[in-house]
Order: sequence, then C-alpha cells, then structure tokens
Amino acid sequence: MAERGRGDADRDGDVPVYLARPGTADQLPRQQHGGVFSNVEGAYESKTIDFDALTVGQRSSRSPRATNREELKPSKHETNFPPALIEPEDTLRIKKKDPQILDKSERLLIKGGRIVNDDQSFYADIYMEDGVIKQIGDNLIVPGGVKTIEADGKMVIPGGIDIHTHLQMPFRGTSTVDDFSQGTKAALAGGTTMIVDHVIPEPGSSLLEGFERWREWADEKACCDYALHVDITHWNDSVKQEVLSLIKEKGVNSFQVYMAFKDLYQLSNSEIYEIFTFLGEHGGIAQVHAENGEIIAEEQARMLEMGITGPEGHVLSRPEELEAEAVFRAVTIASQTNCPLYVTRVMSKSAADIISQARKKGNVVFGEPITASLGTDGTHYWSKNWAKAASFVTSPPLSPDPTTPDYLNTLLASGDLSVVGSAHCTFSVAQKAIGKDDFTQIPEGVNGAEERMSVIWDKAVVTGKMDENMFVAVTSTNAAKILNLYPRKGRIAVGSDSDLVIWDTDAVRTITAKTHHSAAEYNVFEGMELRGAPMLVVCQGKIVLEDGNLHATAGTGRFIPCSPFPDFAYKRVKARKQMAILKAVPRGMYDGPVSEFSPMSRGGTPSASARTSPTKAPVRNLHQSGFTLSGPEEAPIRAAGRRTFMPPGGRSNITSLS
Amino acid sequence: MQPKPAEESAVVQYNERLVIKGGRVVNDDQSQYADVYVEDGIIKQVGENLIVPGGVKVIEANGCMVIPGGIDVNTCLHKPYLGTPPVDDFYQGTKAALAGGTTMIIDHVTPQPGESLLEAFEKWQEVADKKSCCDYSLHLDIPHWHEGVKEELEQLVQEKGINSFQVYMAYKGLFQMPDSQLYEAFSFLKELGAVVLVHAENGDLIAQEQSKILGMGITGPEGHPLSRPEELEAEAVFRAITLGNRVNCPVYITKVMSKSAADTVATARKKGSVVFGEPITASLATDGSHYWSKNWAKAAAYVTSPPLSPDPTTPDHLHSLLSCGDLQVVGSGHCAYSTSQKAIGKDNFTLIPEGTNGVEERMGFVWDKAVAMGKMDENQFVAVTSTNAAKIFNLYPRKGRIAVGSDADIVIWDPDKIKTITAKAQQSALEYNIFEGMECHGGPVYVVSQGRIVFEEGNLQVHQGTGRFISRKPFPDVAYQRIKYRNKMMCKQGVSRGMYDGPVYDVPATPKYITPAPSAKTSPTTHQPPPIRNLHQSNFSLSGAQIDDNIPRRSGHRIVAPPGGRSNITSLG
Repeated sequence: MAERGRGDADRDGDVPVYLARPGTADQLPRQQHGGVFSNVEGAYESKTIDFDALTVGQRSSRSPRATNREELKPSKHETNFPPALIEPEDTLRIKKKDPQILDKSERLLIKGGRIVNDDQSFYADIYMEDGVIKQIGDNLIVPGGVKTIEADGKMVIPGGIDIHTHLQMPFRGTSTVDDFSQGTKAALAGGTTMIVDHVIPEPGSSLLEGFERWREWADEKACCDYALHVDITHWNDSVKQEVLSLIKEKGVNSFQVYMAFKDLYQLSNSEIYEIFTFLGEHGGIAQVHAENGEIIAEEQARMLEMGITGPEGHVLSRPEELEAEAVFRAVTIASQTNCPLYVTRVMSKSAADIISQARKKGNVVFGEPITASLGTDGTHYWSKNWAKAASFVTSPPLSPDPTTPDYLNTLLASGDLSVVGSAHCTFSVAQKAIGKDDFTQIPEGVNGAEERMSVIWDKAVVTGKMDENMFVAVTSTNAAKILNLYPRKGRIAVGSDSDLVIWDTDAVRTITAKTHHSAAEYNVFEGMELRGAPMLVVCQGKIVLEDGNLHATAGTGRFIPCSPFPDFAYKRVKARKQMAILKAVPRGMYDGPVSEFSPMSRGGTPSASARTSPTKAPVRNLHQSGFTLSGPEEAPIRAAGRRTFMPPGGRSNITSLS
Repeated sequence: MQPKPAEESAVVQYNERLVIKGGRVVNDDQSQYADVYVEDGIIKQVGENLIVPGGVKVIEANGCMVIPGGIDVNTCLHKPYLGTPPVDDFYQGTKAALAGGTTMIIDHVTPQPGESLLEAFEKWQEVADKKSCCDYSLHLDIPHWHEGVKEELEQLVQEKGINSFQVYMAYKGLFQMPDSQLYEAFSFLKELGAVVLVHAENGDLIAQEQSKILGMGITGPEGHPLSRPEELEAEAVFRAITLGNRVNCPVYITKVMSKSAADTVATARKKGSVVFGEPITASLATDGSHYWSKNWAKAAAYVTSPPLSPDPTTPDHLHSLLSCGDLQVVGSGHCAYSTSQKAIGKDNFTLIPEGTNGVEERMGFVWDKAVAMGKMDENQFVAVTSTNAAKIFNLYPRKGRIAVGSDADIVIWDPDKIKTITAKAQQSALEYNIFEGMECHGGPVYVVSQGRIVFEEGNLQVHQGTGRFISRKPFPDVAYQRIKYRNKMMCKQGVSRGMYDGPVYDVPATPKYITPAPSAKTSPTTHQPPPIRNLHQSNFSLSGAQIDDNIPRRSGHRIVAPPGGRSNITSLG
C-alpha cells in the first residue's frame, strides 16, 4: 500500500475527476465516508474501501516501516482503484521482531471468492502483500510470480477472533496443557487468526508484572496475532494506577472482574462499583465473570456434606440461577456507573435472557457465549466416566438443560448476544484428577478454540438461524469492534490485515480428540459431526492452513495493542454522560431552601448515637453540634398539640403544603 | 379460635352482641347476602333469617358490603429513630388503622444491632399491650446474623408465636447482611417454618451512590431517590428470590415500590418461585415526583426506603399486578415522623428518618384506584387487604374471613363514600399527610373490632390496651405446602446423586504434572469449605517437577496406565 500511495500521489492527474480531491495527501476525516459501514465512493468498481482514513489509533507503529516503502516500490502498476482514496501513509504494522515477514514478502492473490463481511457479501479477488490487503476487486493487476489461490466461489471471510482464551494459564504450579503455541495452532486450524488471552495476576500481585509475563510467554510462542485482557483480582489505589497505565501505555482496553471464587478472586459490590466507575471514565470495557460466589460457597459446602464429590457436584452447586442473578447485578452496577459491560461466558438461558432484557432497556451490555455453551450441554456431568465428566467442568457450568445451545444460538443470531469466545482452557485428565475426591478442586476449563467457528456454522447458519454476514459479525467483526481493532481486524477491506479464511460450507468434520490440535486428551465435542470448516487460512499474509496441513511458526504472533474508548461501546456511553451532567443541574438548585429550615429541628435528641442511624457514615453531620436540646420531647399525642413550630424567622409557609 | 383466658375477661365484660342485617358478605372467594350475628367477639352465625336473642344491637347495612376487617401487615409504630419514637405510637396508630377499616396490624420489632431479639420483642409487646386499640401481631427484624440469634429465633417461633422475620439487604454497616449470611438466615428460618421478609435494596451500591450524590452537593430530599434508583431495588429483589429458590424458602418482599421490582416478583412467580410481594399505600397512591418539591418539609415527608418511584405511572402498574394476583398483600409501611424529626436530615438527606403514613388510607386507596377503576373485583379487594395477609402469616381463618368461628373483626364498607384526605381530619398525629388533597372513593361506615363497634358514622370509640397479641404458628400452608413437597423432591435428587459416588473412586489418579506444592493461592476453589475427605493429598509423594512437565503433547503421555490397568478410564464412555 505504501508504494501504491506514493505512486498515486504522483499520478494525481490521472485520477478521474470525480475521485480527485484537494489535499489527498492528508488524512481523510472519517465522517467523509459516512462511517465504516457505508460504501466509499467508487467502491463498486474496485471493491476497495479507504481503510486508513477510517483507522483510529495505531499511528505510532508506522514509522519503523518508512524504509520498506522504497524497497517495495515495484508494484506500481495497480491503477484500477481510486488513488484518491489511498493515502500515502500506509498501515503495515510490523514490529521490529518480524524480519522474516519482510524477507519473504509474501504476496498472495485469492481469485474467484465471495467476500463476506458483516455487512455485505460480494464476488471479488483479493491481493495481499506484506500481511496487508492491498487490493480488492475484479481483474486486479498484480505483479508476476504471485501465488494464486483459486477460491472457486467459496466464501472468503475475515479470520476469526477468539476473544476469550486461557492459554498457558498457570494453575497450582502447573499450567494448562495448551500453551500459546499449541493453543494458537488449534485456533488457526479452526479458522481463528487472532486470540485474546486473559492475564490472571495472583491476588495481591502486580497487574503490570502479570501483563509482562504473559507478553513474554505469548511473544515467544504465539503463532497468530494476539491481544490481552487483564483480570482485576484485587482492588486498591495502586491497582488503579496500574490499570490506568495498562490502558494508556500498554494497549489493554478490557479488564475482567470476578463475582465468584469467594476469598480468591471475588470482589465485593462496592469494589466492582469503583472499578466500573474507573473504567467508565478511562474508556475500558468492564468484563465480568458473573456468578454469585457467596451462594456458591454455601452450596458447595452443602453438596460435599451430602456426600456428592464427583463432577456432578460442580453443576449442582452452581445452578444457573446464580449466574443469572450475578448477571443482573452486574448489569445494575454497570448502568449505575455508566460503564459498558461485557459478560464473559454466557452459559445458560436465564443469563442470556437477562442480557437481552437489559439490552432492550438500553443498557450497553455485551454477552459472550462460548463454544461449549453453544455446542454441548451439561448432561455429561453425570457421565459414569469420571474423566469425561470432569473434562466438562468449567465455570459457570454448562447447563444441564439440553435446549440451551439452541436457545443461545438463536439469541446470537438475533444480536442479543454479541460475540463468541471459546474460553479455551485445557487441562489433562491427570490435572483434572486433582479433584477426584472433591469436585471443588477440579481445575476448570474446556476446549473450544478450534471448534468455535464450525460449531456456530453448524448450529446456527446451517440450521437457518443466522446468515453468513451475521456469522462473520459474531465470530470476528464484533470482537474487533469491542477491542477497538476494527477495521484493521474483523473485515476484508483494503488496508486491513490479511487475516482471512476461505470457508468451505460443505466440509464435514467429525470432532475427535484423536485428530484435534489441542494437547488435551478429551474433547468436549467428541464425536460431533460439524458442517463447515476452513479450507484455507491466511494469517499475517501467509498461508498457515492448506489442504489440512498446518504450517504455523511459533513466535510469529504479534501483540496488537487495543486503544480505549471503542466507539462500539462508548459512543452511547459518552452521550449518556453528557445527559447525566445536565440532570444534576436542577438538583443543585434545590439546595437553598433546605438549609433555611434549620431552626425547625426539634425532634432529635442530642444524644444521637452513631449506631442508631439507619444510614451510616454521613458525609456531613452538621446537626449533631448544631442542636442543643434539653432532652427528648414527650411523645406527642395529637397533631393539634404540636402542629406548627414557628421558627424565629416566622416561616409559616414551610409546613403548609405547596 | 377462642381468645386466651387472660384476654377474655376484657372482652367478656363488654359482652356485646351484634347483628349486622341486610348486608352483602364479601369474602375473598364469594359474595352473598347474609346477616351476621356476633357474640363475645366471635362470629356465631352467618345466614339469612337468623334466630338471635332479644336486645341485641342491630346494625343496618342497607346493602353495603360486609367485609373482613383489614390486616395491615407492615407498620412501624414503635421504631425509634435516633432515640425518638415515631409520633404515631400504638395508640395513635391503631386508632388511625381502625378509622380506615383495618382491624389488625402487624408491627415490626426493630432491635438495634447487638440487642437481644427476645428483649426487644418483650419491650414491643409490653408497649403494644398497653396502648393498642386493635389486635396486633409482631414481625421481628434481624439486625445482624450470628450464632446466638438462632436460639432466640427458635424460642420466638416456638414459644412466642412469631412466624415472620425481616432481613435487610440495605443499610450498609448497620442492618445489611451479605449474601452468605442471608443464605444461612434463610436456611435456618426455613427449618423453623417462618416467613422471611426481605427489605430488598442493594445497600453496597446505595452507600456508593449516597456519597457520590452528597459529593455533588445534593443534600435535599431529592438526593434520597437519586441515590436509591429503582434498579437497585429490582436487583435486590432478584437476588433475594434467587436465594429463596436455592434454599427453597418462601420469600416475602416488603415494600414493593417500583415497577421493575414488581415485575421481578411477577416473573419469578411465573417461574414457580414461592415469593410474595407487598406494595404499600404510598406506592399505590402517590409517586416520587414530590421529592423535588420546593417545600422541604413536604419533600421530606415522602422519604421512605425503597423510595417512591418518580415514575408517575407506577401506582397504576402496581394496582394492575395486585389485581391479577402477582402482588398479594397491601401494607402501609406506616412509620410517622414529625416534620421536626424529619428535619434531623435537613442538611443531609441520608439522615432524614424514613417513613410515610398510610395506615388509615390503605383500604380506601385500594378501593379507589383498583376497584372503582374496574381493575379489581370486591373479592380480590378483600383478598389483598385482609385474607392473603391472614393466610401468609397463618392467621386464617381466624382473621381475614367472615365465617362462623372467626373473630368478629368486620367492616361495613360503603363504596360510594367520598373523602378528601387531609392532615386536618386524619387520626394520625402527623402534620403532613402525603396524600393531602386526594379524593378517595369508598370507605368504612362501621368498623367492628373484637365484636365491638369502634367506628360508627365518623365517630371513633376506642380504648387503649384493648388490643390483644395474636400469636401465630409456623409453617403457614400458603407458603409452606409447596416448600414441603419440593423438599421431598430435592431429597430424591440427593439419593440419585449419592449413587454416583462409587465410580468416582475407581478413577486412578495419576497426577503426572502436579508438583506436590500446590500453593493455596493459585486454586480458584481452595478457599471453599474444607472437603470431607482429602485423601489424595497424602497419597501422592512425587519428587518434584517431572522431566516431561513441559511437553504438553498428548501423544507423549496419553494413557498413563495405573497399577490396576484400568485402560477404559480415558476412553470416552
């Protein structure tokens, strides 16, 4: 794109009049195109969208590539797209550590595919270079020697974004069996080209250190781009500062709090209120693990007391009501604090219903069902095979109601639930067996990164609930918008990263632990036949999956920083903030008459003990010193006896009804 | 059904015999034209052409409705605030109740945290026995939960005749209980067969909002509803119901003040939860727009918790739910503080004592806003003002019904009576009436309490101390019948689970990757209550990290055959 931009600028004269604009070298303000969803002028000829003008953030990463532009100059024949829409600044974001990408300088042409974005589908060819989509359109003029892929009319979709994974997550001195390499390979094999992992710092430890540790692990091993959520496991002022620097400097815009895991991660309502307030001010997304930890603790004790120690105790002690209750509470807190809320792992009908009701009432809340809740149910907890039952243990648990997956797929299709994660967090049977005598000790997590896209295709698109555009939205685009990575990720457009998938709608796969790419011995979808699978996966401009063969290289994944205030969530929040400010004005005006009332106070005894006040901790307790009464008054019998107390100033109107 | 001997003497002295003629007897299930004969405070006969002794006082009902006297299940006539009692004590308050057609109240005993429940109960009973003009019973509020409370609760239920206890989800740092304590309280009260009353508001968030609102410089009564938005009420109602479902315990929500809270109750009932909702006079007849009144005293008079909803369509909505049975009982939440007492909070709305009037107006407004509007029929009117309360609190059929053997608490109700509510004409000692100026259709013509006429064509003839304490037994059918069956169901479930135990033990534990030093902090579930058997911790003696710890590929370590050779354990069954 870089060299194209240069070339275009030189040949401005050749540009059709209707496309030429004064000052094309400048960044174009995004409003000129009417937002990301509208077509740019001329888009129908070339199917290009001016990408750079639409980007927000990410500018800082451009400078290192100034040199690349010159050496990539040769491809200047591309003239069939509107040059005016291409700005000279390119968008290739390559960090210093990826020299091999530049060396290879992979160029790819996908021919004859049907591009499916979340808003529209159309037939066009795609030309990619340097990990970025350079051209979209028919009859592209591309340099010779480019590798060409025939899509044969198959769908070409933006690579999936798995917004919820736990790869290489430490647990009691061990860690999940899928590390960043294994896990991202599984993701790629399923058509997911970006993951967002959760950083879980130990309660009491530094969030920043945790973040750096995760970065290190992921940089070393990840095979695809990644971003990170940070979980807030405790709350105080220093954590507050760390959250701020994570938002401002480290590229993290989403933070998870826990309403469960009592005495470990669980935070109180007041703490959650403070966190949400803080995130709302600084443009973060508040993610919440919604389950009522207090009641769970009680129920767990009860189950163990009853002698239920197997995995079925897990689901019995965490009934879906407790999930729904916590979701309701989280929604309430978020709406009080005017902070966008993201509910991770929507596992049950009732929790999903609460979310969709809240959305209908106008709350800014996003729900994330996971692969497991969309693809299977909780009846397996009662399996006679302990290892199998234990492999389904995750929190909130899968609902034993077998109609749940269907229901969640419906809500996903209707837009009430927004994105699909996998919550991929795999433990071996041996690790799960830590809890063989006590279900509360079973490490929690299910697989799903690899199966995620196919499960949705099979359960929602094939069944006719969802169209292919919505499929793209829930697997990729919405996640990109929430993370503020759109349209760099989550869209096939000129300037977007070349993370894309050729989706074979006819493929049928049988899921089994024997062939999956995860290291887990068990697959919770074992034996399930799923229609729809990726035929070819392009990640960072390279083919990583072709003909069933995975060519992924550990360490090629880049950390993608997410900037705060994603429009998708914050546009409404910002507007509401202004409304809230306006609302406060008339209240303030009322102050005056209240204070004038002081001489009237006669009822209170001066010996007001702090204990007796139903509202503790008043900010100002003026009356305690102001009143010097000579003791408690006799309880009055009739109103007539003591009806109107004339204050010194004679304000008789104060007790009359106005 | 007979009054206790001690109380009888007072009643017998009057030995009043009454016959109510020509009225239409309206119970919650049917209406019929019948005469009612009352002797010794008990209804002796109901029917036409009764044969009664001579010299009996006759009341001509002239076709008016004869209904069971109202039961007001939520009053606070002795709840002190900062050491001062409310201006309506048991005398003043019950007088107002009788004037409005209510012949029984259930008052809240509100001990301070740390105070003994029993002592508080006795204090209340003493005061009420001295002053009350009508029969009464008591709810006990549990200020905080600890082991010692349990004994007192047991005694109260078994010996003192109390079957309802209130817990608070609001008033942080004072009465509020965290969820785990609520769970314990619910579990314990359920075993006792008591009804759990819940003050449902999210106290944590209220505390945050209050300091925020005060920080913004808003100190007047409007800060009260602003800091307690109805969402917080709905959230707490939802949580209380969830707890009730988990514990399998009936839940009674006191003071349903907002649409969303009422809707939450209604939805839960549709899902089968055993939950009852109690709107109060204030939430049924007025709204929270008055908090913004320029007159501080007026605005403060409306302060109660949860606050009245500023949404003016709320009363209508609550009446609709009441009519269709989604809400069951109307209380008054009567807790009267004078303007000077309210002024304790003149510079800080959080200090304004909370409470509104409503005991006198309660029945009138339900008639005016629901029956006269055509939402509700007269039988349902009887149900929500009297019968349902009697059933939930196990007073039925002694109270809440006109039938032979029931107490002679009878009201002759005139649907056409029109009254304008004003503080000048009320029985309450308050300077302010929050319903001031409202016109109310329907009201009592005669009120008979304990077989005596106490209200006759506008004149009240009451005597302090005639009210009796009515003791109530635990396990009211309307709440507990379903609970009992569900308990049985749940027991069955437990059995089938127990059967599963065996196979679990057969699993060969081969924790290859586990280093033997599991730090307590890293497990998401370690701090759960200690497991009963923790055999594996001592059984494993691994020598530290294993050499293949870092090789997560499945092929390398797939089947770790235990000594017994159970290869089927990792195959999918």
